[in-house]
Amino acid sequence: MDNKVAAVTMRNITKRFGTVLANDRVWLNIYRGEILALLGENGSGKTTLMNMLSGIYFPDEGEIAIDGKPVVIRSPRDAFDLGIGMIHQHFKLVDVLSATENIVLGLEGRLDLKTAARKIREICDAYGFEVDPNQKIYDMSVSQKQTVEIVKVLYRGADILILDEPTAVLTPQETDKLFAVLRNMRDDGKAIVIITHKMHEVETLSDRVAILRNGQFIGDMPTKNTNAQEMTNMMVGHPVVLNINRPEPVNPRPRIEVKNLTVRDIEGAVKLDNVSFTAMSGEILGIAGISGSGQKELLEAIAGLQPVESGSIEYIGDDGRREQLIGKDPLAIKELGVALSFVPEDRLGMGLVGNMDIGNNMMLRSYRSGRSFFTNRRDPYKLAHQMVDFLEISTPSVETPVRRLSGGNVQKVLVGREIANAPSVLLTAYAVRGLDINSSYLIYDTINSQKMRGVAVLYVGEDLDVLLELCDRILVLCGGKVSGIVPGPGAKKRDVGMMMTKLGGNADE
Amino acid sequence: MNKKTKTPLFHVAKRAALPWYKTWAIRGAALLLALVLCGAVTSLVTGENPFAVYGAIWKGSFGTTRKIWVLLQNIAMLLCVSLAVTPAFRMRCWNLGAEGQALIGALACAACMITLAGRLPNWAIILCMVVSSLLAGAVWAGIPAFFKARYNTNETLFTLMMNYVAAQLVAYFCVVWESPKGSGTIGIINQKTEIGWIPQFPSQKYLLNILVVAVLCVLIYIYLNYSKQGYEIAVVGESERTARYVGIKVERVILRTMLLSGAICGLAGLLLVGSTNHTLTASIVDGRGFTAVMVSWLAKFNPIGMIFTSFLLVFLGRGAGEIATKFGLNRSFGDILTGIILFCIIGSEFFINYEIKLTRGAGKEG
Repeated sequence: MDNKVAAVTMRNITKRFGTVLANDRVWLNIYRGEILALLGENGSGKTTLMNMLSGIYFPDEGEIAIDGKPVVIRSPRDAFDLGIGMIHQHFKLVDVLSATENIVLGLEGRLDLKTAARKIREICDAYGFEVDPNQKIYDMSVSQKQTVEIVKVLYRGADILILDEPTAVLTPQETDKLFAVLRNMRDDGKAIVIITHKMHEVETLSDRVAILRNGQFIGDMPTKNTNAQEMTNMMVGHPVVLNINRPEPVNPRPRIEVKNLTVRDIEGAVKLDNVSFTAMSGEILGIAGISGSGQKELLEAIAGLQPVESGSIEYIGDDGRREQLIGKDPLAIKELGVALSFVPEDRLGMGLVGNMDIGNNMMLRSYRSGRSFFTNRRDPYKLAHQMVDFLEISTPSVETPVRRLSGGNVQKVLVGREIANAPSVLLTAYAVRGLDINSSYLIYDTINSQKMRGVAVLYVGEDLDVLLELCDRILVLCGGKVSGIVPGPGAKKRDVGMMMTKLGGNADE
Repeated sequence: MNKKTKTPLFHVAKRAALPWYKTWAIRGAALLLALVLCGAVTSLVTGENPFAVYGAIWKGSFGTTRKIWVLLQNIAMLLCVSLAVTPAFRMRCWNLGAEGQALIGALACAACMITLAGRLPNWAIILCMVVSSLLAGAVWAGIPAFFKARYNTNETLFTLMMNYVAAQLVAYFCVVWESPKGSGTIGIINQKTEIGWIPQFPSQKYLLNILVVAVLCVLIYIYLNYSKQGYEIAVVGESERTARYVGIKVERVILRTMLLSGAICGLAGLLLVGSTNHTLTASIVDGRGFTAVMVSWLAKFNPIGMIFTSFLLVFLGRGAGEIATKFGLNRSFGDILTGIILFCIIGSEFFINYEIKLTRGAGKEG
């Protein structure tokens, strides 16, 4: 089918942010009746390229043609008029409105919610969506919200759909459902682009794959003519070994003992319900669950950042001493002699200060040392230099504000600082979220080396494939309760997925 | 869908960091543009020769030795209040109550001078003035800080409202302590005895204030940039969650910083009443609490930069007064010129952070 006209042709597209070249003379064709996977590491320019198609950015150079006709897309409205709709990673929905109200929001003409709801049902029936037009957004799960976003674009007549990492927030079961819907839409003649860096999704879903690296277009090919290894090599630019090490746990002894932990948020909703487990030294305990199942509260409770309603969290030292951590803030925990490190999910909003440079961020943990009224700036900057060399952080200098660094380098700064004070407990939340393959493997290696040092590691993750390969045991959370604890080696992805959605996981599907 | 498409002529893009000389070149160009605009407006509206107007502005500040001293004194007082609000601003805590905090400091100072005269030796009275002024300012800032730390109230509104309370208190005590009776004003306190007048350098009425503020400026700079407390202020300002995450007690930092902020405002009140004016009126702070917000922002919260921004604002203000009297223009005309200049200077920041890119091949039709 070489002679069909491309739905979208992007020619020679270049986009700069300051000195950063986000897209460098990219050529890309998108066809109807086809699912195109846009593959690339973080910072390779996938999202930027698609944002130019959906009118969020304007290209510095280059041309865009729809069905062979050159167009200029200045705003999302222009994009909608051309039938282009993008589903972003972060949903743009109004919580207190219903699905229908969100979908018609911003449309011109008379407001007729009944007709709109009927039309929405028709769309849902046609493609196999499950959504109640009258349900409020705040009542919806993440996957339902995503469905609303997709229906919103379809309702507005889009026939070119772009999905930016749609599966990042979904369970394996929800992902399967989404993929089925996307295939229906493809068969209906729509052009679909999915941005991702998960290889297995590319293989199961897409018809064609296009690969970007450092803002440049590397190549495209039919998915069936390639394989994960080849695509990875193209993405990274050199051959990569796709295996995560899992060394045997060293001398595991109880380190953190959590008993009957219950946590409520400010509104009084139960976030953790009677959670009990023991984390061992020299072991990686994975924590799986749909996002919002209590992972954040669990780590923050251990770190002394989350008020606890009841239960106990005890630290057990090498000499057998026990310290109760509940009711103590991070400073008090440190003063007990408990070396607890925490790599939080929100790196720039919690773990680091974006506007400060690397040296100043290293200082966050150590600035109190010494009796002087003034800060010691020499040691943190020395540490910063060491970290830049040791973790291969690419930065103009240690005086560069960390918000200017790419996601992977930001995470390296954070992880580097947290392991610098020789922890005995290491809490990590989504340690490789948004990181490219190279950085991810460096982080896995770093976490493994901490494990070999005898550190008790709690690893909250979202990619089940990684959890299954990396962790010695996996604790599955479901709605704030412990759904089960399974040994990492030999665990089945499907079983863990079930446990995430249903307590105990023994589903009858 | 065959509508005519127009390529936009330009679009705005974020710049990479510019080298320092380019940013100053842009700011210089903005100032130049401002002067040209001011000249044009002046000739068009009043028919005066713009160069004569510029000359008058210059003379307003540098015309006589006395004028230079007044200029320096005004800079010092404005800078003092600006230094006071800056620690709070660095913490992203918008203390708009500097006016009231300085006023309440002035009130405390005047109270010591009036009520303690003759009951304590002069040095003890001055000591009481210093302590009570700083304390009064600190309390005035501490009240909103306490509620912000404890109940997360909005400090902007709270501190703003405290200004009015302070102004009313001062107005009340102006009547209580009026002298002579029936005037409703205090007049010069202890004019004959000079009790409670802070000793000055011989024949240099303003030098003490200027030196105090200069030292303070350096101290605040060091405090904010090199002390542990200054570091905590920066972290809390950037992200409260990060601060909590590393174990900083955010409430304590907010309270401590606002107390400092208020105490320095109190110092400004002390210098105004005890050192130069020796009287108390409700307008003694003269809006500096609000001008200070602009001084601090324009200098991006850098105490050393604030020397220049406070100079700029005082210089423009005095120039405006001079042309009002010299050319018989309304004082508002001076304010118009000040507005034009500030507009250009603040507007130039846009061109430092962003660039305008012309679209190549503009005008082609799709």
